[in-house]
Amino acid sequence: MSSVPATSTSRGAQIGVRLRDRDLSAAPAALNLLESRAPRDREEAARLLHEVSPAAIGAEAPGHVIGVTGPPGAGKSTLLSALVQAWRDRGRSVAVLAVDPSSKRSGGSLLGDRARITYDPDDRQIFIRSTAAGERLGGLAAGTREAALALSAAFDVVVIETVGVGQSETDVADVADTVAVIVQPGSGDALQFLKSGIMETPDVLVVTKADLGQIAIRARRDLSAALRSLGARDTQIVPVSSVPPPTGIDDLIDAFDAHRDALDVPARRREARRAAALADFAVEHGERGMRALGGRRAAVRLLTEQDPSLDVPSLVAALERKAAA
Amino acid sequence: MSETPAHRLPERDRPWMMRTYAGHSTAKASNELYRENLSKGQTGLSIAFDLPTQTGYDPDHELARGEVGKVGVPIPHKGEMHTLLDGIPLDNMNTSMTINATAAFLLSLYITTAEDNGVDRALLQGTTQNDIIKEFLARGTYAFPPGPSMRLIADMVAFTVNEVPKWNPINICSYHLQEAGATPVQEIAYAMSNAIAVLDAARERVPEDQMGKVFSRISFFVNAGVRFVEEHAKLRAMSILWEELGRERYGVQDPKHLRFRYGVQVNSLGLTEAQPENNVQRIVLEALAVTLGRNARARAVQLPAWNEALGLPRPWDQQWSLRIQQVLAFETDLLEYPDIFEGSVVMDGLVNELLAGARAEMAVVEEHGGAVEAVPYMKAALVDSHRERWRRIEAGEQVVVGMNKFTESSPSPLVDEEGGIMTVDPAVEAQQREAVQAWRAGRDQAAVDAALTKLREVALDESQNIMPASIEAAKAGVTVGEWAQTLRDAFGEYRGPTGVGEATAAEVGADLEEVREEVARVGEALGRTVKILVGKPGLDGHSNGAEQIAVRARDVGMDVVYEGIRLTPQQIARSALDEGVHVIGLSILSGSHKELIPAVIEELRAAGVEAPVVVGGIIPEADVAPLKAAGVAGVYTPKDFNMNQIMRDIVGLVAEAHGVAATA
Repeated sequence: MSSVPATSTSRGAQIGVRLRDRDLSAAPAALNLLESRAPRDREEAARLLHEVSPAAIGAEAPGHVIGVTGPPGAGKSTLLSALVQAWRDRGRSVAVLAVDPSSKRSGGSLLGDRARITYDPDDRQIFIRSTAAGERLGGLAAGTREAALALSAAFDVVVIETVGVGQSETDVADVADTVAVIVQPGSGDALQFLKSGIMETPDVLVVTKADLGQIAIRARRDLSAALRSLGARDTQIVPVSSVPPPTGIDDLIDAFDAHRDALDVPARRREARRAAALADFAVEHGERGMRALGGRRAAVRLLTEQDPSLDVPSLVAALERKAAA
Repeated sequence: MSETPAHRLPERDRPWMMRTYAGHSTAKASNELYRENLSKGQTGLSIAFDLPTQTGYDPDHELARGEVGKVGVPIPHKGEMHTLLDGIPLDNMNTSMTINATAAFLLSLYITTAEDNGVDRALLQGTTQNDIIKEFLARGTYAFPPGPSMRLIADMVAFTVNEVPKWNPINICSYHLQEAGATPVQEIAYAMSNAIAVLDAARERVPEDQMGKVFSRISFFVNAGVRFVEEHAKLRAMSILWEELGRERYGVQDPKHLRFRYGVQVNSLGLTEAQPENNVQRIVLEALAVTLGRNARARAVQLPAWNEALGLPRPWDQQWSLRIQQVLAFETDLLEYPDIFEGSVVMDGLVNELLAGARAEMAVVEEHGGAVEAVPYMKAALVDSHRERWRRIEAGEQVVVGMNKFTESSPSPLVDEEGGIMTVDPAVEAQQREAVQAWRAGRDQAAVDAALTKLREVALDESQNIMPASIEAAKAGVTVGEWAQTLRDAFGEYRGPTGVGEATAAEVGADLEEVREEVARVGEALGRTVKILVGKPGLDGHSNGAEQIAVRARDVGMDVVYEGIRLTPQQIARSALDEGVHVIGLSILSGSHKELIPAVIEELRAAGVEAPVVVGGIIPEADVAPLKAAGVAGVYTPKDFNMNQIMRDIVGLVAEAHGVAATA
């Protein structure tokens, strides 16, 4: 395990080391830091991320990052409650980053979804944090992407929960190892989005309310047909019901695990870090910065030339050096 | 023999039933209070249960902490029900029970007690409130998900219609909707939509030819605010809609079955903490709203006490309210005339306006798939209405005498050194905890286990009625906590919608803009948007205040974590830690603040959360200093109606806690 002695005494580095050592109680402090926009905190955040980078860990972070997205009312929170419980029953630690889409017009938001996930407050192996989506339309706040990467060093499972169907989950797809879209039977949205190509094909399609019988069975059939016509043979469809007794939850976890087992995790993570670096650079330096790099394609090329075990801030720094050159 | 002229009645009407919503501390203390009230001329009983009983927890459950015997009487099993009703002739009493999620079990306890005393269940008269939709919308004492909850109600309707034929199995409540901010149109529309949901569910469980009888057993529990002319029109509109509904939707023919019957508790929302004596005239005027016109007169009336915004009323305060009813019924000439509004252009016009509005709103609920499916929609609409009401009061557009106008006052001689309220002895909770444990130890456990096994089986089989198994359980000595836990295991837990997520954005006034800028400034300095946790510890489901604070905090630019009702101190501390909030706002109206607030602060500090804590609710003046000593940074009570000022205080506390300099 390598670490950077010069920074290891800093606040950010200390939190990073704790996460790397799988100290789950470091999670709240990590989030407080990663969400901060204050310049002094950004420096500490970079040190934190450095401590949980593949370079520092010596491998990709062990946690499984799962994006869970779906429209309001699809039964996401009930499903997450059941999932969190089932993961805990399997002895896995779980972090949930709930991203609230509500408008930032007033600058504030109501983060209500947390109320919907029930868990034992004495169980320290669960961490739930809700954040506002921020100014970026339909996307993730930079802090959430960083948090997912950082927490995957400590937690067995990191869930990023977002609301929406179609347009909003591209950022989730960038950062998650596995993307699941939740579909409510009887609502044709997901089907339409899939067919029209607005929605990227998810790794797992979850059909909730399987207790609804015929409607749920029809929803499943329609989705399979749509997926077949798109040639997406790898996407699994899992029906679940959260009405007691819940059904399909274990199947869903198996489906997540199967997807991850078949995945080239280092490659996907590398892509995630590059996408995050590009997004961060774009937010910070905008069009002008992108032009200085010679355009987006050139920027991507530059990123692929970097050491694949670098953390996001180091990649951003590389882009910035090039842009300034 | 002379004809009675059209403007007189042949004989004076009998007065409505007079009740007082009462119960506190223990079954024994409440029994004494009931007997005292009856001796003062009260003609029916209205049982207030404590929150653990209402939500299905025994006194020794973790969630019951601080709540035992507070807002009502704890009745966990048949032994306590016997004590509560000791010496009261049940074959001759009309008892209203404010009980909802656990209504099936409390009725079972009531039936058991009556039968143990040799009274046939067919003779029992009274009402179980049993309106779960309004619990999801406004009051928060639900226990099970909507589907199974509606089934329990339908089971009770189907059971009582033959077994306890004089019982009203459900009281459709518009009362709590008004308390949650409903406009008269919303109150009518949501209550009627709710009734439709109940009747539709019952229709599946009773033979067609009994629907008339079932329809006639559905009564209402309404509210009346101080705009008493319009409020009276509202009740006339409801009776028209009810009759229409019976005829058209359920094919009811018998005029007796079609009669709109309601009991009433007049408005508490409008009662003020400032100059509380003014509440007496508010209560009188509101009582007129439900008694003035004979065609829409209440069957049963209970009036709040003048000091409800201060804390729990004392027996003398409740006596004053009973005397208001008695003066109205026995001294005035109110009961000597036929309906005094017949032919009134104003009344007819108001009724028609309300009918048109209510029909349109009922259609919207219908479009959402009926009242059960429309709970989130109705909840959000109520939060919005309440916010508008609050905005008008803050802006001075709606005058509240003594609060936002005419605020100068001489010192009140009514509020004594104890604050002019009743306090429950904190020793009660420990006694009740021990008592229920002793009860469990002394029963025939095999009979209890058998009864619970049977109950579970019935719960899981929707074709069976829950009542016989619940009565068996009551007889075996099962507790309300065991009964409810068995059903929770069978039905699943449920958390209702908070309604705040959908609330529309505020109109920006100069004052709001100023607070918003300060929130933004402090957020910039912190590096993160100011984040607040709004929490409701304990079992109190009165979430209006917390919801309004949550929405306003968002409107001034904070990130708000609002997790709904019924949280333990540990849950709140855990959220505060994980969410990284800068400040915590707690709301309690049930009087359990003295136990719960220090418990939350202890948990917070143990978790390493140093964020400042503010508290809002019905907090008697005498409790403010102890709360501050326990670490509370600010206490807000109903007299603090200026929410922008509260927000200013809160952001100031955050700035101070983080060393952010004040503005120049």
